[in-house]
Amino acid sequence: MENNTKLMSVRDAIIMAMSEEMRRDENVFLMGEDVGIFGGDFGTSVGMLEEFGKERVRDTPISENAISGAAIGAAMTGMRPIVDVTFMDFIVYMMDNIVNQAAKTRYMYGGKGQIPVVFRAAAGGGVGSAAQHSQSLEAWFTHIPGLKVIAPGTPADVKGLLKAAVRDNNPVIFLEYKAQYNMKGEVPLDPEFVLPIGKADIKKEGKDVTVITYGRMLERVIQAANEVEEAEGVSVEVVDLRTLAPLDKEAVLESVKKTGKVLLVNDAHKTGGFIGEVAAMIAESDAFDYLDGRILRLAGEDVPIPYNQTLETAMIPSVARIKKYILKLVNNR
Amino acid sequence: MAKTKSKKSELTKEKMLHMHRLMLDIRNFDNKVNRLVKKGKIPGMTHFSVGEEAANVGAIGAIRKGFDMITSNHRGHGQSIALEIDLNGMMAEIMGKATGTCKGKGGSMHIADLDGGNLGANGIVGGGMGMAIGAALTQKMKKTGKIILCCFGDGAVNEGTFHETLNMASIWKLPVIFYSINNMYGISTPIKSVINIDYNYQRASAYGVPGHFIEDGNDLLAVYNKFEEVVQYVRDGNGPVLVEAITYRWLGHSTSDPGKYRTKEEVDEWKKKDPIERFKGYLIENKIATASEIEAIEKASEDAVEESVKFALSSPEPTLESAFEDIFAD
Repeated sequence: MENNTKLMSVRDAIIMAMSEEMRRDENVFLMGEDVGIFGGDFGTSVGMLEEFGKERVRDTPISENAISGAAIGAAMTGMRPIVDVTFMDFIVYMMDNIVNQAAKTRYMYGGKGQIPVVFRAAAGGGVGSAAQHSQSLEAWFTHIPGLKVIAPGTPADVKGLLKAAVRDNNPVIFLEYKAQYNMKGEVPLDPEFVLPIGKADIKKEGKDVTVITYGRMLERVIQAANEVEEAEGVSVEVVDLRTLAPLDKEAVLESVKKTGKVLLVNDAHKTGGFIGEVAAMIAESDAFDYLDGRILRLAGEDVPIPYNQTLETAMIPSVARIKKYILKLVNNR
Repeated sequence: MAKTKSKKSELTKEKMLHMHRLMLDIRNFDNKVNRLVKKGKIPGMTHFSVGEEAANVGAIGAIRKGFDMITSNHRGHGQSIALEIDLNGMMAEIMGKATGTCKGKGGSMHIADLDGGNLGANGIVGGGMGMAIGAALTQKMKKTGKIILCCFGDGAVNEGTFHETLNMASIWKLPVIFYSINNMYGISTPIKSVINIDYNYQRASAYGVPGHFIEDGNDLLAVYNKFEEVVQYVRDGNGPVLVEAITYRWLGHSTSDPGKYRTKEEVDEWKKKDPIERFKGYLIENKIATASEIEAIEKASEDAVEESVKFALSSPEPTLESAFEDIFAD
């Protein structure tokens, strides 16, 4: 086991994870629009065409329906495709294949067959790409039995969980955040560094308040937690869900019971967003009896993401607003 | 009675009688299911292949069983039986029993036989097309020599997935046969009212693939001979083809069809083109089989279907716990 780590970006962690898995298993291949010579629309496959060739780093026509369908059919017959969806918004064109086919086939066939496929989707805003290129649509998929949904927030978690997704024998929706492809962190170099799907991670321990988050918002939540702790002496525990389906309910409830106060943060629209489900789960559980305040949600506003930078920024939870909500909870306001 | 136009086939007697038997199995099985639906013995939705036997058996008879693969659609009984699925398991599945092909969790619209090469029926029109080109991509990448037969109806050609998958299969030269079994109606909508060309196969040229037309899809040998040709073409690595066969469904779209969109005369006219009676006539006229040999096959088919009903009726219901199983693979 190699214990070395290296400072690298989310983008490089993705390339490393996929390349290691493709070296390990010849059935793994990457397909999608511009994954080859272009190196991926977000640069997430740069250099891979050169190493693996065009059969396994497979450029496709702009045909999301055929891409997703072909990936599922290939997965059913022994391959392990990784699909670069590019912008998550385009996954709408793949919905029949993901929701009606991939998620249900094994069940409908009475447990026969498996569909090991990963759909990597660039979610969220922050790059001025407006309403059709900025959505975080994870709640559509957590709603469907038969899918796993992963949304990591650090380069190391991206590597460990993407590798786990490729090795998983089920369809996985893997969220990446286009505003964070350049975000850097220490990443283990060990090619066997694989994180478990379905396990949350306590990114910061604390005793006064629990903040539950995932994905793009993790970075802001950690910053807000550190600043509040320093300025106000409030001890904040940060629970990073990392995997939304299956959800690590135990880790969530344990932290809520410990602090008695809970704030949930995600960048997706508030109405019907995934943190609403987590809030309901807490409210229904015995952890409810430990609460000494309201369960608060801080989410993206219920508006299509506007193009103007000032407007866009105001629609997504900021560090300042996360701090405000933490203090609101702590002061029972 | 319309006669088969095909010249005398070079197929073995054994192969021809086997295909005749499979057509009878489809007819008997679906007529039986239809009666059981009326008696309240079938809990859910079913779609029948009666009248379309030759279009199914002729095509599937030309691929290699246990080697090649098919994808099927909601009207998939004929395809599953043509690929020789276990009738007992299929009948039990349609009755929702634990011994069914899918443990009673799929029903008529999701009959599959992965070991036998049937990647499954599909409740979404056009839903099998993506799966078919993906399965074909695996064969191409692994150089297995296997081909995929992708079966769908006439209505599926107006789904967007038809366009995307034909194009992708064409540019990647995938070993897949797109097969439109045209029974002329999408539930109540005549195909001619929803396309502005004469036939679906003509769309092939838009994708740079050969289009093949089987005008008389109720002529078993016409279907078989055409498929023998296109199977070889696809297996040789030339890429996909689009084939269309004209046929007719005798029964309603599903068991809840009031049948107002077509006349009794039209249905009766098609019954005169019965694919089974015609092939039986061919076998006898060409002295390939005697009347008594054929009677024995008819009897064996009826018995097999009766046996499947007995098996299904005496099978247990699935346990409630089983509803929570088989969602994820380990």
